[in-house]
Amino acid sequence: MSRAGEGSAPPLLAVDGLAKAYGGVLAVDGVSFALRPGEVLALIGPNGAGKSTCFAMLGGQIAPDRGRVRLLGRDVTGLPPRRLAGAGVGRTFQVAAAFASMTVRENVQLALLGHEGHERTVWRPFRPLGAFAAVPAEALLERVGMAADAGRPVGELAYGDLKRLEFALALAASPRLLLMDEPTAGMAPAGRGDLMRLVAETARDDGVGVLFTEHDMDVVFAHADRVMVLDRGRLIAEGTPEAVRADPQVRAVYLGGEPP
Amino acid sequence: MRHLRLAALLILGLAGHQAQAQEPILIGEINSYSTLPAFTEPYRKGWQLALGEVNAAGGRPIEVVSRDDGGKPAQALTAANELVAREGVALLMGTFFSNVGLAVADYAKRRNVFFLAAEPLTDAITLSQGNPETFRLRPSNSMQAAMLAEEAAKLPAKRWASIAPNYEYGQSAVAVFKQILVEKRPDVEWVAAQWPPQGKLDAGPVIQAIAAAKPEAILNVTFGADLAKLVREGETRGLFEGRSVVSFLTGEPEYLEPLGDEAPEGWIVTGYPWYAIDTPAHEAFLEAYEKAYGEHPKLGSVVGYTTMKAAAAILARAGSTDTGALIKAAEGIGVDSPFGPIVFRAVDHQSTLGAFVGRTAIKDGNGVMVDFAYRDGADYLPDEAEVKELRPAD
Amino acid sequence: MDFYAAQFLTGLASAASLFLVASGLSLIFGVTRIVNFAHGAFYMAGAYLAYTLTERLSGPFGYWVGLVLAALLTAGIGALVEVLLLRRVYKAPELFQLLATFGVTLMAEDLVVLVWGPDDLIGGRAPGLEGGVLLFGQRIPAYDLFLIALGPAVLGALWLILHRTRFGVLVRAATEDREMVAALGVDQKWLFTGVFALGVFLAGLGGALQLPRDAVNHAMDLSVIVEAFVVVVIGGLGSVLGAFVAAVLVAELNAFGILILPGVSLVLAFLVMAAVLVVRPHGLFGREEPAPRAVGLPARLWRPLGRTAGTLALLAVAACALLPLVAGPYALAVAAEIALFALFALSLQFLMSVGGLVSFGHAAFFGLGAYGAAFAVQAGLPMPAALPAGALLAALGAVAAGWFAVRLSGVYLAMLTLAFAQILWSTAFQWVALTGGDNGILGLWPSGLAGTPAGFYLLTLALLAAGLVALRRLAFAPYGYALRAARDAPARAAAVGIDVGRIRWMAFVAAGAAAGLAGALFAFLKGSVFPDTLAIPLSIDALVMVLLGGVGTVSGALIGAVAYKSAAVWLMRETDLSKLVLGALIVVLVVAFPRGIAGTLADLFARRRRA
Repeated sequence: MSRAGEGSAPPLLAVDGLAKAYGGVLAVDGVSFALRPGEVLALIGPNGAGKSTCFAMLGGQIAPDRGRVRLLGRDVTGLPPRRLAGAGVGRTFQVAAAFASMTVRENVQLALLGHEGHERTVWRPFRPLGAFAAVPAEALLERVGMAADAGRPVGELAYGDLKRLEFALALAASPRLLLMDEPTAGMAPAGRGDLMRLVAETARDDGVGVLFTEHDMDVVFAHADRVMVLDRGRLIAEGTPEAVRADPQVRAVYLGGEPP
Repeated sequence: MRHLRLAALLILGLAGHQAQAQEPILIGEINSYSTLPAFTEPYRKGWQLALGEVNAAGGRPIEVVSRDDGGKPAQALTAANELVAREGVALLMGTFFSNVGLAVADYAKRRNVFFLAAEPLTDAITLSQGNPETFRLRPSNSMQAAMLAEEAAKLPAKRWASIAPNYEYGQSAVAVFKQILVEKRPDVEWVAAQWPPQGKLDAGPVIQAIAAAKPEAILNVTFGADLAKLVREGETRGLFEGRSVVSFLTGEPEYLEPLGDEAPEGWIVTGYPWYAIDTPAHEAFLEAYEKAYGEHPKLGSVVGYTTMKAAAAILARAGSTDTGALIKAAEGIGVDSPFGPIVFRAVDHQSTLGAFVGRTAIKDGNGVMVDFAYRDGADYLPDEAEVKELRPAD
Repeated sequence: MDFYAAQFLTGLASAASLFLVASGLSLIFGVTRIVNFAHGAFYMAGAYLAYTLTERLSGPFGYWVGLVLAALLTAGIGALVEVLLLRRVYKAPELFQLLATFGVTLMAEDLVVLVWGPDDLIGGRAPGLEGGVLLFGQRIPAYDLFLIALGPAVLGALWLILHRTRFGVLVRAATEDREMVAALGVDQKWLFTGVFALGVFLAGLGGALQLPRDAVNHAMDLSVIVEAFVVVVIGGLGSVLGAFVAAVLVAELNAFGILILPGVSLVLAFLVMAAVLVVRPHGLFGREEPAPRAVGLPARLWRPLGRTAGTLALLAVAACALLPLVAGPYALAVAAEIALFALFALSLQFLMSVGGLVSFGHAAFFGLGAYGAAFAVQAGLPMPAALPAGALLAALGAVAAGWFAVRLSGVYLAMLTLAFAQILWSTAFQWVALTGGDNGILGLWPSGLAGTPAGFYLLTLALLAAGLVALRRLAFAPYGYALRAARDAPARAAAVGIDVGRIRWMAFVAAGAAAGLAGALFAFLKGSVFPDTLAIPLSIDALVMVLLGGVGTVSGALIGAVAYKSAAVWLMRETDLSKLVLGALIVVLVVAFPRGIAGTLADLFARRRRA
């Protein structure tokens, strides 16, 4: 994609003037930013700042009123979630959602079905799922440290394990971009660091760009390369964790002006 | 040939049912007991009364195996199959709804079993879907329409409107009535028609729509709960004031009695004025029925009673339970009914049972029929040329 | 102009009783998530009780007291049903409570005949409101004016209860978020009982208020229940205001629709519902439904049959195939009927259990199959060609129905399928030239080997076995997992690249084809086809068989179908009170097997193995 002489590589994700209004109230008002491959970017802000709406637009759940989203130079604005998956976007949800009636392995196998080259497998109606993609499924589980749990029903998993499984599902299609909505919400504090280290490793090793929202500021400042702050639908600050922490405007929007 | 049949019977394991001298003849009976108890309860009492009389008269006893069809053709077929294949009945009788009657008639043809349809009114059962095995007792829809149209033609009214339930019975009742009326009265015009769903008449809007067309006379085919709603709402809204009403079945005690003192007055109806029929045949029936059950008969009672009497007469005349013999015996057979002697016509297997046509009135707080006359079904049967054209070749 | 004004008023009067029944239904669903099939039975009970009470209590005052008392008594019965029956099954899978209320309905239909006799009962007219009032040049019944005023009055009263009392605040909170109420420490049990009693009170009142204008009869329940559901869905589940607007909308469209198309009442409400749902997937005033309750999920993992179970299944099929050696022609015909209904039930189970897609109109595909086969025979095709023709027509119907349906979810989806089935039913009913209307298509008897009872039974058994194997293989193929993934977590499924809409659409087609095959077999078993193969009772039968078998199983419907169908056939033979006994049987089974017969047995088995 990049042309010679332009200097740096094009951003993985380029968001330009994204906006959404509900009944005349602007929930997201002209948000623009870029994300490089291998970068871990946090989107924070007080409740009602527009983080969820922003995430839902990037994830394809809501169509934006205005603005553009480009992935590796390709316009993906308003694409439904399924197409975004095909375009290289992996996603995790605030409330972890996996396929509760199946085993851990079957979950991953299913996620691999969505992977390039397997589109037709799902329409081959009478061959059992059985050993489909067994090797990559095991490898993926190994990577998130759940190989031992492969045969367990998802319904029995502890919440932290469910979060890790969800991460594995998001990785199944070898995404270029990971959208993670509060990846550690609901987890025990001990597990949070483990999961986020895994995320950071993945970003570094595979050159995957990660955009995440988070309430736990310790997680944000420990694992993000860069932080953006959203308030009343607008980006009010952006920069390294240290810079953002020191920003007086950011202090102002958080309770009592204390550092976030 | 006879041996072949015997051999077939042996193979089917039915040989045990070979008749012995006093072993009872089994009759299979099917009706919508759970769906339409208001009609079928009196019907059951009617055939039970006749059964007692027949068996008391001596001869080979008759036993009835009775089944409920739940008002559904498919369930009636299950019952018919059980009665024929398992119970080994000599013949089938009964049914109320037209579609149930048609389904059982078709089964009778397929299995070569004699079937005496009691109540279903559709013309198809003896005409377009007629078959050699099937006979029908009650006057068909067309016959009753003809009886009413004859009276309607005498009315001065020229502008007519119709209210009929939206299914085959209502549609064909209106169609036949129109056809016969127009033959006698070419000056009549139809200014409105309403087709409410059976059992779900939304009376107010329907009545206003009819009234808006300013008809001089109204043809009604609704019955049961719909009729009650129509009468109540129509009285309140003044729909019937200064208008003639011709109404199917409304004079039958099943439908007139529940209306009590709100029964309509002056409607031209078909029905059964059990309280005022002074023929010896009917008086004997009335007395026996009231003695047996402590209540007066309804039209269903007459239908049940006569169906059983006819079945017994056919069995006696055939002297056998062979279907061919039964058909031969039934064609042209004469039977005494509470309404007088009737005949099952050979050409279409329709009986000549008639109906009473009269006007409704209120007496002692109850709806009754007055100025009525018995219309002999024989006078309203379709003519033979028409039958031959409509009825499939046997 | 005057005429139209009068017609409008008349429509409003019709809307009033519809609103009473529908608002109760909506409240109950909103809080307890129960699809209360017995709501029509309570309406009927209200009318019968009102008849008795108004006959006993003398004078004008006694009449009105009688009506209100009847509604209160009905509410008492409702509370009793809730406490004694429904409480035991709240933890069962979704919709299982529907099965319990269906059992109650069956019992009620026979009970009222036992208590009040078979004849229609006509109560007295409302004292003081007997006559008509001249308005717009038309005479409008005074009672209609009373009803017109009553509708908004009840709406207002409900608004006050919901917004000005603690009970109402809890009801609204529970409608929006059930977990929250549990967290508030409210005794959820009594909230549910209270709401159920209030809803049933409204149904009973609706029935009692029919006394001055209707004949009380034992078929009243069915005449109101489906229409009430339609109104609730048009208005939006749980919305009382929505129920009011929808009742007015349906009643007025009917009042004016019959001026143009006099036969339109048969199908109008369903057309309106289908149109509303296509434009607004959650009804006029409804909100997006919260995700289905997790308790519906099976506690066990689904597994393809292992070697032992597979062998046992094969042996069972072989044993069934030997039936002609011992059974007579009648028993074989009944066995064939049970087998084809098992295929029908399995097809719905595929949609419901694997796909999480509930259909209230599954008879649509059964009936299309039956008519498809009949048309093929009429065109001169032999049975071996007519059977696939039936399945094909049903599959085409499923392509059309599924395309609309997969855009919706939950009860809305279920009701859209019901609308589809009802539209087809009324087409078959009214298009006499094509279908013979109510009188059906006759003379479809199979010839040759399939014409013998044993031959037909074996053919049906073989097709059932083939259908069972096919649907199970489909369930355990990647496609089946993808369908289940879409059921378990639709957003997650889409995010891993599964085409949820298309996967679900194809589930409709597969289930439709299987149901169509069953319908085609039915046409040949009965030698005839009638519109009732498309009608609501058959859709309910399918639902009952799946729920009875266990919605949390892959093939439990097989057991549900055998149990339900053989009980129904046997009871029809033995007693005129078959509905009473069958209803009681269902109620007992519901309490004894809260996860369905197969589901509960499988759970027990799994627990024992683990222990």
